[in-house]
Amino acid sequence: MLERSEEIPNHKGIWVFTEQIDGKLKNVGLELLGAGRKIADKLGEELVAVLLGHDVNGLVKDLGAYGADKVILVEHELLKQFTVDAYTKVLAELSIKHKPSVFFIGGTLNGRELAPRLAARLNTGITSDCVDFDINSDGHLIHVKPFGKLMAKIICKTRPQMATAKPNVFKKLEPNWDRRAKIVREEVKINPEDIRTKILGRVEANKNPYGSIEDADVIVAVGKGLCSKENLKLIQELADLLGASVACTRPTVDRGWLPSSQQVGQSGKTVSPKLYIAIGISGAMYHTVGMKNSDIIIAINKDPKAPIFQIATYGVVGDLFKILPLLIDRLKKEVKEVKLRITAKDTQKRIN
Amino acid sequence: MSKAGLKIIVCIKQVPAVQDIKIDPITHTLIRESMPSMLNPWDEIGVEEGIRLREKYGGEVTVITMGPMQAKEAILRCLAMGADRGIIISDKALAGSDTIATAYALYMQIKKMEYDLIICGKISTDSETGHIGPHLAELLNIPQICYVKKVDLDIEKRRIIAHKEADGGIEIVEAPLPALMTTTIGLNEPRLPTLKGIISSKRKEVKVVTAKDLGGSLSNYGLRGSPTFVDEVFEPPSRKPEMIFQGDPKEAVEKIVQVLLNKKLISSRS
Repeated sequence: MLERSEEIPNHKGIWVFTEQIDGKLKNVGLELLGAGRKIADKLGEELVAVLLGHDVNGLVKDLGAYGADKVILVEHELLKQFTVDAYTKVLAELSIKHKPSVFFIGGTLNGRELAPRLAARLNTGITSDCVDFDINSDGHLIHVKPFGKLMAKIICKTRPQMATAKPNVFKKLEPNWDRRAKIVREEVKINPEDIRTKILGRVEANKNPYGSIEDADVIVAVGKGLCSKENLKLIQELADLLGASVACTRPTVDRGWLPSSQQVGQSGKTVSPKLYIAIGISGAMYHTVGMKNSDIIIAINKDPKAPIFQIATYGVVGDLFKILPLLIDRLKKEVKEVKLRITAKDTQKRIN
Repeated sequence: MSKAGLKIIVCIKQVPAVQDIKIDPITHTLIRESMPSMLNPWDEIGVEEGIRLREKYGGEVTVITMGPMQAKEAILRCLAMGADRGIIISDKALAGSDTIATAYALYMQIKKMEYDLIICGKISTDSETGHIGPHLAELLNIPQICYVKKVDLDIEKRRIIAHKEADGGIEIVEAPLPALMTTTIGLNEPRLPTLKGIISSKRKEVKVVTAKDLGGSLSNYGLRGSPTFVDEVFEPPSRKPEMIFQGDPKEAVEKIVQVLLNKKLISSRS
């Protein structure tokens, strides 16, 4: 096992693993460059994007535009597809060589598999699902994350200080295409035997009838106030009228009303659409942590004391079974050919 | 694989059965004692899969947990479902462990045991990090397959073949045994313990392991052995609503439509 590194002054640099799949950068990596920029400026350290893949050097200019001072680039045929074995090996060797102080990894499925394995290899601490970062008076990174109904500030005594964040939690910087990142190419030896978990094939996911929620502009979300699965018809009709995706809380998934792919919250996804309509959702922290960054939140709930009204932009206290049919009728009259004025990329992908 | 068949280890955790969890004001860690609790649902799926593989190929399923002695209840439930024996790592010296220190304690126990397959839940419902599986696979230096939706073993070739969740679809992967996999919802429907199962569970072995039994320096365990700690807890800031409407549903609908129109979220017919 690697010796724990507690020699803090020897570690410098804010690193972000900027994951790409099939030559396309994942948004969460760019979002973490935004979060990392703030920390790098506070500490006066470099912001470094770490890019692994095969024939991906074309992405370097994007990483510069989104805030990276430097890009560490490792290109290898065996890095073309993500494997936890090869990616852990390369990132561990880079980290041991360059000694970063902070290492952010986006909480994609791959990232969530990679980050804890890498932390164990480096024998350092890792904090998952951070929602904010700061620096304390000792120069340690403050990791802010939900903790029950409260929020916690977590400190890591070892280096690098590793952290993951879900997509849509941090904001990307406005790209500045005049900004150029310095490229550092690294050679790392990888052999086919290093990859123990081998990918034999892929099955494409079935089309999601409720619409993908991660990149939706409008989301209609339901909680257990819906009372039964049959009542989903109302929600689907409203969502169709608004060109929205359907999301839900954990209790509705537990009841088998909707699949876990639609779940928003601490154990589900984080979303930040232009509009989030919360219907029959009481607003427990477990849910709101995943949607509170939405631009506009409209909440409909019969309980005036429901915590959802503390974070809603517009709240309506009332019976959803009275309000929804009226709203659907009214929207049918109002909305031209079920057309959304904003360009919701997601609308096109929906199957009704 | 030994003559006795497959050796499967399932790591489980007892989690609070309520959302209203309590936090120790001094150590800032979860208060686990005297809370209504249950077996973490992802781990329950892991126990079920372990039992199914044993039913198919023969062998033994050991469930292992770390926590206060109360967590023995969760072990007993797994034994009632059909697991063969249980191990509970329990010691005050382990309190305040973060995921790295927890995985280290599990590693110190498991490395002394024979195993072909280790199963962990994708996450636990209380802390939801999903760290333990990958941490443990790394410490044991074995391959990992996370978010498994379907799994089978090739006993001849000593391999695991699995369908796993991946970004944008399902990946079919394989790895040599011994390996570690994490479960996801939909892998199986866990069985309920039968009366016979509950009765026979009382006769099954549950071994208690202390920090001293694990071996090594005590400074590697608990809060002292954890690279991370909770420095402060605070109330999340709330955001002020612009409007709360309580009254006639028709009027309410009119208010909502006005918001949608003003914010250009729908386009008007007129």
